[in-house]
Amino acid sequence: MNRKTRNLALTGIAIALLAFFIWWAQGNLDGYKIQVTNLVAVNAILALSLNLIYGFTGMFSLGHAGFMALGAYVNALLTLTQDQKTTMWILDPIAWPFSVMHAPFFLSVVCAGLVAAFVALLIAIPVLRLGGDYLGIATLGFAEIIRVVLTNLSSITNGALGIKGIPGHANLWWNYGWFLITLFFMIRLINSNFGSVLKAIRDDEIAAKNMGINTFFYKVVSFTVGAFFAGVGGALMGSLTTTIDPKMFSFALTFNVLMFTVAGGLGSITGSVIGSIVITVLLEWLRIVENPVTIGSFEIPGIPGMRMVLFSLALILIILFRREGIMGMKEITWDGIFDRSKRGGKSE
Amino acid sequence: MLRIEDLHVYYGAIHAVKGISIAIPKGGIVTLIGANGAGKSSTIRSIAGLVKNVKGRILYTPPDGTEMNIAGRRPEDMVRLGIAMSPEGRRILPHLTVEENLKLGAYIRTDTDGVERDRDHVYELFPRLKERSWQKGGTLSGGEQQMLAVGRALMSSPHLVMLDEPSLGLAPLLVKEVFDIIGEINAQGKTVLLVEQNAFAALKIASYAYILEVGAIALEGRGEDLLKDPRVKEAYLGG
Repeated sequence: MNRKTRNLALTGIAIALLAFFIWWAQGNLDGYKIQVTNLVAVNAILALSLNLIYGFTGMFSLGHAGFMALGAYVNALLTLTQDQKTTMWILDPIAWPFSVMHAPFFLSVVCAGLVAAFVALLIAIPVLRLGGDYLGIATLGFAEIIRVVLTNLSSITNGALGIKGIPGHANLWWNYGWFLITLFFMIRLINSNFGSVLKAIRDDEIAAKNMGINTFFYKVVSFTVGAFFAGVGGALMGSLTTTIDPKMFSFALTFNVLMFTVAGGLGSITGSVIGSIVITVLLEWLRIVENPVTIGSFEIPGIPGMRMVLFSLALILIILFRREGIMGMKEITWDGIFDRSKRGGKSE
Repeated sequence: MLRIEDLHVYYGAIHAVKGISIAIPKGGIVTLIGANGAGKSSTIRSIAGLVKNVKGRILYTPPDGTEMNIAGRRPEDMVRLGIAMSPEGRRILPHLTVEENLKLGAYIRTDTDGVERDRDHVYELFPRLKERSWQKGGTLSGGEQQMLAVGRALMSSPHLVMLDEPSLGLAPLLVKEVFDIIGEINAQGKTVLLVEQNAFAALKIASYAYILEVGAIALEGRGEDLLKDPRVKEAYLGG
């Protein structure tokens, strides 16, 4: 059996195991644990999309929450029925054609991604001429603009009241399905020539130009593709929580995604997945420290926000002792596991 | 192959290159030498299309074409026309392997067979790179990185190879090795434009040389003549 068929078989087995786990989880885990498992998948999609922009192309973008918001709103508008929309829009009656738009869930998520990608394309052309921290500030500004526009376009978005009762299509199957689509797309992209060019731009943009690469074109494509998957992630998140409002998509959300990506390892696909799992689970697990504690006859009331304190401490420790994140730029690949002497190959 | 007429380069209010004219004949090694800030790098970078504010004419004659003015064109156009540069400070891609660095050097090419042949040729010129083909660029020593930068420039199959300070930060023995290889590349038919601070080594190898001082040409001549010139000896060769 050559390496290619072996890797294909291993990938097949891994997907089958994941499917079995989902099937088992649906029957045996309680609602809370299922929700956390769902969040892991959505967060991994978001971390992968930011890693494409920041980790692989070196563009410090802080606009993720904006693209997620676009995705979430498009998905909400496309999955709610006309009746639901007309009764829910209180501030202003919902404008045509948004009142009658409807699409099946898969198509709706694709549209969510496409709208986010289209807006990213418009933003990219002026903004990607900037580099480094300036790009971060400009994209952060654009994310805020999107949020303010969503708040004020009340005939489309229901303004600050947000949208409730979004059909909760995003179950484990959908979320992990989209996660796998994102993962395989990223693996193929990063291991292609296109991926090498992106890494070259990240490593040294002048050197890349010097080799005849039209760096601006590649940066725009990378930013747009990253925004597509951010839109998909936003759509799934909206469908998962069934309620969205503009306040949800503040900078804190971008910061969370940045945390998954950086903690996992900038420039590592495996890192993004591991980072999302570890941090999502850790954030939930740390809720214990916010519960009231009884020691003997003393009763200490729960301190809300305590987990964020501990979490920030953990982040500081990561920055101090393992700046490159959990994986650094390394990947876990089938080849890496089964024949250490050979290099390269496909990651899972 | 390349003629520059009255080239000016500006960085904001700074007038870095003040109207220089040079000629690079096909098959020759031409060198620009001078101290820091003389305008050597600005000249070479404007030929590579990396400088925005350029005035004057850069006239390029491809081997099978007619003369054209390429001043102000984009870097990717220059590479497609057959002008490759190994930049100052090497600019190796630290997180990509040696092999990937070389492959990206051939980014503009579509002839896979030719690219493989050229890669093997680079490995022949620099056997050390072959030994380290799977190593990340950032883990190479300074000399190896310089070899990789030169090899990468060759991968685009250029007619004119421009080398910006290839001896920078190298031990004397390595400098000799790098210059030997520059001679070999030239012997194999590539025209070379060499920018150097190491005047002695550069003049020894060059067929023609220009000495730049604060943005203008102070002196020019055949490499061996300038080596004997008392003014050059005093200013650049330590008496």
